[in-house]
Amino acid sequence: MKDRSGGREPVHVAGAITLELNGVRAYYAGRCALDGVSFRLESGERTAVVGPNGAGKSTLFKVIAGIHRPASGSVKVSGSRSDRHVCIAYIEQNASLNWRFPATVEDVVTMGRTARVGYGRFLRRRDRAIVAEAMERVAITDLRQRQIGELSGGQRRRMFISRALAQEAEIMLLDEPYAGLDAEAGAQLTATLDAVGEDIAVMVSTHNLAVAHHLGQVMLLNRRVIAVGPPGQVLVAEHLAAAYGDTPGPNAADEAVPEREVPIAAPT
Amino acid sequence: MIDLLLAPLAYPFVGRALLAVTMVATVCALVGTFAVLRGMSYIGTALAHSLVPGIAVGYLLGGADRNRLFWWAAATALLASLGMATLVHRSRVGEDAAVGVVYAGMFALGIAIISTTRNFAVDLLHFLFGNLLSVTSADLVRVGAVSLIVVVVVLLLYKELVLVTFDRVFADSLRLRSTALTYLQYLLIALAIVVALQTIGIALVVTLMVAPAAAALQITRRFHHTVLVAAGVGVVSGVVGLYLSYYFSVASGAAVALVCVAIFLAVAAISRLLARAPRGEPAAEGGVE
Repeated sequence: MKDRSGGREPVHVAGAITLELNGVRAYYAGRCALDGVSFRLESGERTAVVGPNGAGKSTLFKVIAGIHRPASGSVKVSGSRSDRHVCIAYIEQNASLNWRFPATVEDVVTMGRTARVGYGRFLRRRDRAIVAEAMERVAITDLRQRQIGELSGGQRRRMFISRALAQEAEIMLLDEPYAGLDAEAGAQLTATLDAVGEDIAVMVSTHNLAVAHHLGQVMLLNRRVIAVGPPGQVLVAEHLAAAYGDTPGPNAADEAVPEREVPIAAPT
Repeated sequence: MIDLLLAPLAYPFVGRALLAVTMVATVCALVGTFAVLRGMSYIGTALAHSLVPGIAVGYLLGGADRNRLFWWAAATALLASLGMATLVHRSRVGEDAAVGVVYAGMFALGIAIISTTRNFAVDLLHFLFGNLLSVTSADLVRVGAVSLIVVVVVLLLYKELVLVTFDRVFADSLRLRSTALTYLQYLLIALAIVVALQTIGIALVVTLMVAPAAAALQITRRFHHTVLVAAGVGVVSGVVGLYLSYYFSVASGAAVALVCVAIFLAVAAISRLLARAPRGEPAAEGGVE
């Protein structure tokens, strides 16, 4: 996967983008986590990635985000290597962060501007405005001065989505964002995702089929792509059996499953 | 009271000591806040002790000339910080074990070299425990120059250093050079130790890096506030420690370190008491975790 296009500077693609994975094989902890994964995602598309634990969902996101290097295959955003792009936001599952870190919500959202501003430069008025708008869009402006350790699980997720917006992400990867949320917080997260903008491609890994139905497209994954497409065509017994085998199926592993119909009301 | 404060200032060496301890405390607080939040306090101790062989070799080759020893210490700090960062980055035995091995090995090497010469033991005490009151004008210039370098580097890369300290994965996803920034943090810790070498000494320098930051973290909610409060705690510790050293003939490094620890304990006790007091804060909305 050598980049022969030259140049080491991060790439920012304005306008429509295309994410393309071709025959991606990747290993995690010495085990083959992804085997020949090919997939395509366009601006504005929303896809739920569903599969059993250990199916490679997190590895897939890390590979797309350029954090984890694939053993073979290619990951490209609008034709160039994904690990050169700064427009991919990866929101980690159970981010193992120090929640006592001396930072407010606004500080964390502002971190999203770091790559855009560049080394040795300070934030400008425009950056402050983008940060303010990013907080406004996910309705966390009233939490801006709150220390991050004082946030609930749902508020933390929204803070990271806001940071991705401040980053001007064009592809947003959310790794099991619904895990550990109660129904109300889950509904609020869904409403937040609906509000992030139609120009942003979103991938959400989840065990929750209600989320998959809501997003409108599903990738069923178990090291390789079992099926991709509308939920009605993908989430059928044959595919689910191929993905899950004898292991518990989707929903079963989720502690806090929102109702089948996910509210789409504006976040409060 | 005023006389007690002003009387020592009649001596030029006290003025130099005050200036030195102010710079040292500020640099240590600045670097120490990053180190504490990244769990690198132990690395500070290890790096400090890793300077001993460099100082010992410098002594053997060039004698007790402070200027030369300073540069030997600086060169050793550079090599030790890069070596330790590489070992931690590439080792499979875990950070604490890798650092522990280097720490013990380097310190033992230093002691072995020192044991070959009889005169050096006394001079080594100067570096181990520091002596604020012996700071010369030339020392001040060196301390000032290195302090300025550290402050400018941190200011220029402030947002990147804060980000890599808080969320390494996100920093990687933004294509920041996280590994290079981590190496830089090792280097900044090493430079802070070099700055503090003569004033507070190898054995106690970590106190000035860790205790002010740890105290500030208990009462601040934003990173730059933590740095400012930590610097304040460090400078107050330095000045009070210096006066205690002057009036009670206590070793200056030890006096500064003791005041620093006392402030940390006081802040810890007060913040604990305040935390117990009932607050009218409503529960955070939405979500469990």
